[in-house]
Amino acid sequence: MAIDQPFAINIEHMGFRYPDNADVSFTDLNLKVEKGTRFGLFGPNGAGKTTLMNLMTGVLAVNEGSIKLLGKETGKQNKEVNKLFGFVPQDFSFYQELSPAENLEFFGAWAGLNKTEIINRTNELLHILGLEDVSNKPVGKFSGGMKRRVNLAIGVIHNPQVLFLDEPTVGVDVQTRYAIVSYLLKLNESGTTLIYTSHQLNEAEDICEQIAMIDQGKIITQGHIDDVLKAHNHESLEELFINLTGKAYRN
Amino acid sequence: MFKLWISIKKDVRILLRDKVGISLMFVMPIILVVVVTSIQNSTFQLVNKNKLPIIICNTDTGKASAQFIESVNKIGMFNVSQVPKERAKAITDDMHSKDALLGIVIPSNFSSEVNNKAKSASDKAMAAFSGQADSIKTTIKPTSASGIDPLTLYYNPVLQESLRFSIQGAIRSALQLVQTRETLRTLYYASNEKELPKSLENEMLNSNTTINMLPVSKDGTRTTPNASQHNVPAWTIFAMFFVIMSLGGSVVREKVSGSFIRLKTLPTNYLVGLLSKQLTYLAVTLLQAAVIFSMGMFLFPYLGLPALNLPSDLFALFLVTLICGWCAVSYSICVGVFSETQEQSNGFGAVSIVILACVGGLMVPSFAMQGIAKTMANFSPMHWCLQAYYTLFLEGGKLKDVLNNIGSLFLITIVIQFVTYLGLKRKNLI
Repeated sequence: MAIDQPFAINIEHMGFRYPDNADVSFTDLNLKVEKGTRFGLFGPNGAGKTTLMNLMTGVLAVNEGSIKLLGKETGKQNKEVNKLFGFVPQDFSFYQELSPAENLEFFGAWAGLNKTEIINRTNELLHILGLEDVSNKPVGKFSGGMKRRVNLAIGVIHNPQVLFLDEPTVGVDVQTRYAIVSYLLKLNESGTTLIYTSHQLNEAEDICEQIAMIDQGKIITQGHIDDVLKAHNHESLEELFINLTGKAYRN
Repeated sequence: MFKLWISIKKDVRILLRDKVGISLMFVMPIILVVVVTSIQNSTFQLVNKNKLPIIICNTDTGKASAQFIESVNKIGMFNVSQVPKERAKAITDDMHSKDALLGIVIPSNFSSEVNNKAKSASDKAMAAFSGQADSIKTTIKPTSASGIDPLTLYYNPVLQESLRFSIQGAIRSALQLVQTRETLRTLYYASNEKELPKSLENEMLNSNTTINMLPVSKDGTRTTPNASQHNVPAWTIFAMFFVIMSLGGSVVREKVSGSFIRLKTLPTNYLVGLLSKQLTYLAVTLLQAAVIFSMGMFLFPYLGLPALNLPSDLFALFLVTLICGWCAVSYSICVGVFSETQEQSNGFGAVSIVILACVGGLMVPSFAMQGIAKTMANFSPMHWCLQAYYTLFLEGGKLKDVLNNIGSLFLITIVIQFVTYLGLKRKNLI
């Protein structure tokens, strides 16, 4: 069974370039993310984090090599692959006119859940993420933190085995950040692999076990967070980040 | 089916919460239909019942000018009022002050010139009768090429060209009548040395063949189409294409918010989403048509407008409306896919449907178009739909009479759907 593969993500000799943007491209990229781990992907602006995440989720198709998610190749087995993971994009990618419950009903159905499963998961998630009181109000009127929680709830409604998170806590208050991080750790305890990217490096230290830093389409370091910090003789991810990617502005 | 059902529920919810979109799709077209039909009906009433106001300034003192004014009155198309001859130079001011759309100044030598021309014609006729046509010389010389100084007809620029031509024709016939009467009288007097009897004059002048105008319909009925029959179907098509204001924006919002990308990561084909949107908004277009047709049938008589009569082939009407709605929905999605912002979608959408309406013959009938405009009409889906509606509503046509239009509309819709698919592929949205 492909699900029994040891790697949640296995990227081999992957090459990719945008037809109209030569600034971001990958050549012969290799990366393995073990199942059940909490993996962080970091890099400065324009390093290719979002592009790599889009490649791993099959939104973009690779030009060379392959990306396998739990043993299934993205791009070729998309329908099967898409059942295995959840995606929490940085943007509020849902319908602002609808309530959290209505959004969850729609995305739950598209994720392949039946009516009963949708009702049960909706009630569970609204409770966990503190959205019960506003479950029938249009999301458009919510605060940024509440919208982040709705965004996360949609990404996990179908209990994915791998969860991709693109800046899941950007622009939220301390309470919401704490609630989201706690929930993510709980998800991981139950076996969900987290693939996380953010510029909040302090938060990343709380969440991630394994990390990779990329810059200009290349992996510049990767491994267990403690091992990486030790190898580069740094105390924090922020120090390591500045040391490896420099202090110059990135656009 | 569950995914499709949930998607339709989602689209209906979003639609119902888009108050501006709903008002643009229902309220605005309804107002448009009522206003345009009222205006067209008023034009009809103006010509046929209310009469066009006309001011005549007669600077002549003879009988012919008085007869001319009487003839203009008898046409039945004008509401004649006269101003003193001193106002000849200020007749345009009088037109403004009296709200007259037309003004005529009769020249001071009108009667004498009519008489001269009649005498000249009579002399020639008499000479011809007696075989001296080549030798006789007329002693009366006309003062202008036509024999009479031209009448000056002033008009308000609001009068459309077609109406102006009708007016010119009517005035010309009144003028012709005066001239003919005078020629007959002169000729009769020259040959009989006595006045033309009134009864004979009337008989000679009033024996014109009347024109009986009858509409030609495919079902053999002779119902004269009214302003509602012309306008309600035409502007219903326009209303159906107005869904672009809601649907185009909805597609753009999905793209901009990133929902499209999120949907792409889910194990459901986006065609389900497209089908859901098409079914939801197709229902909207059918509802629009039902509301506007019902208004035409039941509300218009209360507003003093002629009632809309539905065609006898209701199935054909449904089919034409269905395919027209589908085309409008497909076009809206296509514009939404290619637009980067909601402003682009709304702006381009609104302008493009007005252009399609112009090209399609909603504003100027396509039979009046020439050359490239006539060719371009074939590319507007509104043209084919309008032709189909006119065949059903005005000509009493059946399904077989509109199959050609339905086929063309279907073909255009398929092309639009294909372009949409290419757009989605190119933008990496599916």
